[in-house]
Amino acid sequence: MRAAVIQFPGSNCDRDMAVAIRDITGAETTLVWHRAGDLPDGLDLIAIPGGFSYGDYLRSGAMAARSPVMQAVVKAAERGVPVLGVCNGFQILTEAGLLPGALMRNAGIRFVCRTVGLTVENNRSVFTKGYSTGEHVQIPVAHHDGNYFADSETLDKLEGEGRIAFRYAENVNGSARNIAGVLNAGGNVLGMMPHPERMTEAVHGGSDGRRLFEGLLRQIA
Amino acid sequence: MKTRIFVTLKNGVLDPQGKAIHHAIEGLGFSGVHDVRAGRLIEIEHEPGVSKADLETMCTKLLANMVIENFEIEQA
Repeated sequence: MRAAVIQFPGSNCDRDMAVAIRDITGAETTLVWHRAGDLPDGLDLIAIPGGFSYGDYLRSGAMAARSPVMQAVVKAAERGVPVLGVCNGFQILTEAGLLPGALMRNAGIRFVCRTVGLTVENNRSVFTKGYSTGEHVQIPVAHHDGNYFADSETLDKLEGEGRIAFRYAENVNGSARNIAGVLNAGGNVLGMMPHPERMTEAVHGGSDGRRLFEGLLRQIA
Repeated sequence: MKTRIFVTLKNGVLDPQGKAIHHAIEGLGFSGVHDVRAGRLIEIEHEPGVSKADLETMCTKLLANMVIENFEIEQA
């Protein structure tokens, strides 16, 4: 298995993501700088990590979504390569048009940084096969702009097509229908605000995030 | 030549920042304020040859997120 983690100026979960992927899946994991025009050949997974790319200038993820490497990421996603965006990575994927909707300022204004309960809504995607549908898991969030917005037509479509991967078990940030993670139409692009890479071993206080990577490994290897 | 671009949230999109500003205004003792919505002003200095169509494309491709925002272009 081969994986790439994209680094933007201001990414800060890139190394955590690379360590989680490498340790859990054994993938040969490359860090790719945002100015790169091409990605390594034969990738099985691309991860867009959390952080504050470009200092959240203009809108969270807006500048990163227009950086050179994202054109290669969009092409890879169109070919069916799994793309995982976490936190700022989710914001970047919506800004790049790979996922519908937008992530707005948390409804309560405050930055939210704590472990939250999630319900797995769809365990059929390459990312969620390690879970059972309806299962409750605990994964931390750390964000200021995690309030998922899409018009009701889009939300109905996402629900109808089983493209809501995770839902918050409580109101965390004002997200429409408590959405915490969504899939693209092909099911190979997942954006989620919670950080699975921060919940992968006992020392983290739990390992519910680990199964996302284990599930990926079983699908890909 | 200078163009001003106003980016505002679409109607119906909740604006937590506007709400917080509204509360702060009330906290200062002003009454009679019904609602506050915050937006963004972007000033662009450019050659006269940069067309309105170019400016609109800048807005739709980068300056505004058309899922949640509208824009207005003001030229002097």
